[in-house]
Amino acid sequence: MSAPILEARDVSKSFFGVEVLHGISVQVTPGSVHGLVGENGAGKSTLMKIFAGVYQRDAGTVLFDGNEVDFTHPIKAMQAGLATVFQEFNLLPERTVAENVFLGREPRKGGFVDNGGMAKATGALLNELGIDSIDPNARVASLSVAEQQIVEITKALSFDARVISMDEPTAALADHEVELLHGIIERLKARGVAIVYVSHRLKEVFDLCDTVTVLKDGALVWTGPTGQLTPDSLVRMMVGRSISTFFPGAFEGTTVGETRLKVTGGGNGYVDGIDLDLRSGEIVGVAGLQGAGRTELAEAIFGAAPFTRGTMALDGEPLDVHSTQKAVKSGLALITEDRTAQGLALHQSVLDNTLLVIRGVFASRTRQVRREVPGILSSLEISFRGLDQEVQFLSGGNQQKVVLTKWLATKPRVVILDEPTRGIDVGAKVAVYSLMRELAKEGVAILMVSSELPEVIGMSDRILVMHDGRITAELEPGSSEETILSAATGTISGPLEEVA
Amino acid sequence: MSTATARPKRRIRLDSTVIVYLALIVVIIIGAILVNTAGRNFFSLGSIRGILTGMSVLGLVAVGQTLVILAGSLDLSVPYVISLASLLAAETMRGNPNNMAQGVLLALAFAAVAGLANGLVVTKLKVHGFIATLGVGLIIKGYLDTNYQGSAGKVPAAFQFIGATGLGPVPISTIIMLALATLVYLFLKKTRTGHHIYAVGGSLEVSRLSGLRTARPIIVAHVICSVMAGLAGLLLASRLGVGSPTVGSQGGYDLLSIAAVVLGGTILAGGRGSIWGTIGGVAIFAVLDSVMSAIQFNPFLKDVVRGVVIVAAVAIYTGRRVERRRARFATKETAR
Repeated sequence: MSAPILEARDVSKSFFGVEVLHGISVQVTPGSVHGLVGENGAGKSTLMKIFAGVYQRDAGTVLFDGNEVDFTHPIKAMQAGLATVFQEFNLLPERTVAENVFLGREPRKGGFVDNGGMAKATGALLNELGIDSIDPNARVASLSVAEQQIVEITKALSFDARVISMDEPTAALADHEVELLHGIIERLKARGVAIVYVSHRLKEVFDLCDTVTVLKDGALVWTGPTGQLTPDSLVRMMVGRSISTFFPGAFEGTTVGETRLKVTGGGNGYVDGIDLDLRSGEIVGVAGLQGAGRTELAEAIFGAAPFTRGTMALDGEPLDVHSTQKAVKSGLALITEDRTAQGLALHQSVLDNTLLVIRGVFASRTRQVRREVPGILSSLEISFRGLDQEVQFLSGGNQQKVVLTKWLATKPRVVILDEPTRGIDVGAKVAVYSLMRELAKEGVAILMVSSELPEVIGMSDRILVMHDGRITAELEPGSSEETILSAATGTISGPLEEVA
Repeated sequence: MSTATARPKRRIRLDSTVIVYLALIVVIIIGAILVNTAGRNFFSLGSIRGILTGMSVLGLVAVGQTLVILAGSLDLSVPYVISLASLLAAETMRGNPNNMAQGVLLALAFAAVAGLANGLVVTKLKVHGFIATLGVGLIIKGYLDTNYQGSAGKVPAAFQFIGATGLGPVPISTIIMLALATLVYLFLKKTRTGHHIYAVGGSLEVSRLSGLRTARPIIVAHVICSVMAGLAGLLLASRLGVGSPTVGSQGGYDLLSIAAVVLGGTILAGGRGSIWGTIGGVAIFAVLDSVMSAIQFNPFLKDVVRGVVIVAAVAIYTGRRVERRRARFATKETAR
């Protein structure tokens, strides 16, 4: 094994007197992928940000290429060759790919910015990553999430980075995009670049990482070669639980009953030919690639971008949802995929957020619901300082619990969840899963859109697969990832005939 | 698998600058018809000259305003900078051609200082541009109100010449404005500071994390904007023959320039837009004004028309921006 390119020795960090990292020591070797795993709040991001120069450590040393370093600003780490791809992209959507890659270091010719040369250099960097589908002159806003991530990696490469840290790079990617990213990582490895890889997806850790460091509650639990781990042992180290408890089965007393929501021939600009039955007590999973129309389906049912064709019925009654207000009144709820932009008013209190829908749609019930909210919140085991705390200061998992409370307060009959566990820690995930099962037991019909195949497989009583705006397959519970994937990519059709 | 990835996801979008000029053509066509119905000729030399003259002062101010808005700020001090610049120039010249250079330099130096003050308040004191420039503007207004009761100073005939002549139907003032617009366009396109004006307006945080000195582009944008306002003041002094403490505020150049910038497709929040879009926006206003005068439209309703045009334009742009996703199917019954 060659000498480490990046090393942390006894690194500690406190915020406001609370120590969040306790003496972490980690070594990262050139040309390898080092997985950093742990629940949210375990300290992964903090450690990454100390490497990146966003935070300064309180104790311990960081060695980069054998020398002790002390980056006081992210740009200094970048210039030294330690680049970081954060979850929130640092890109300017209105500028071109090339302008983003060379921001602040625009190449000049005779004192003037050499726009042509800049595009050419960007194209060359993209080529090194094996990407030819991205135009250096394209506006970043016109790119998909996966492509934007590639732009970030290209930017890192343009600094001649020798270490690239990635914070949950696949959190928002569909599976074929994940493969593309993994291909890029292989190329980077071959160049001798070291990758620090933060991930929630266990499969990916085993597929990709040469070495793994497990953090829990700010302390180092284990660090070593991936070969010495099994999925079970890894999960146990992360959460002190085994993987089988991850997805709760249907609760006792759950019965799948009558059809609650029926969609016949639904379609609009984004989806078409939607025939759908949701029965009470049933959890139906929707799988598909990014852009297959899953979110659009959820929005169509909920009236956010209503169907323009076809009919819907709720509990046998015709249902015409032309606005979200009508949807809520009828007993529908939609937990959106983008929590911070669509689910919460970040600068408002927990209480105000939980009452948002009630105040808007059932104002007369506000007083009553206000009394119920603390109970719902505590049943979800939310941890927060108080009802008046602004939700922006909560962790992702707790924010999601606020969103769920907001919708539970409306006593919905049909709940649609779009990526319900995106970016939340394992503990909060389990809480969300249990809640879904509890709702099913109470007779609620549940539609869950998810990019996490294990989640779809583990939670669904029935699996629908979407491709190109249509439902192309309906699969049994417990179908394999391969079956779902091939239906999602359109290579095979399930029992449903693909609509021509 | 490749079938899914190969789907083209970029559609051909009309650039917003193109839309501005299409809108301009529509306005010209409708205007020409209206003017002809009123028994006049829209395309007469006099009318064209009027439109181009109308573009020059607002164009200067709006080009500067574009930079400031692109950088994520705003400049409400322009009317007062215009007025004081006209006064400083006219008083320094006192009708003497030998003092012309001094007068021009003094006016522009004052404008640059005002812009510097704006930029420093915005970047160092972290006061939003709206408030910062309102404050600086009010300070200048206070100075104007205390020291001037009416127009003052006098510019020499040679200086008046600039505002009065042209090449054929094209006034010199408009040529100057377009030349400066071209310079600013090149500045945005070809210099790092120009690129960084877009960057800081797009996201201050991204710019900071990319190692930019974020204050500089904002300050530069403010200085250029004020200097352009100073030039507008000089041009107005040349037309009036004197300096005037109210010439800027009477023209409503603060809000009108912002309106022209937005009409030109630049996003008020910053980070996206173009100089040529702004020039298109200015042209639309100038054509509207000319048409409304020609058909003797009720002057009090002119602003109603302007207001409608601005709101409609922004509504159209916003609609286009919301339409991010590409529709896969027709929205009406006949999809299959």
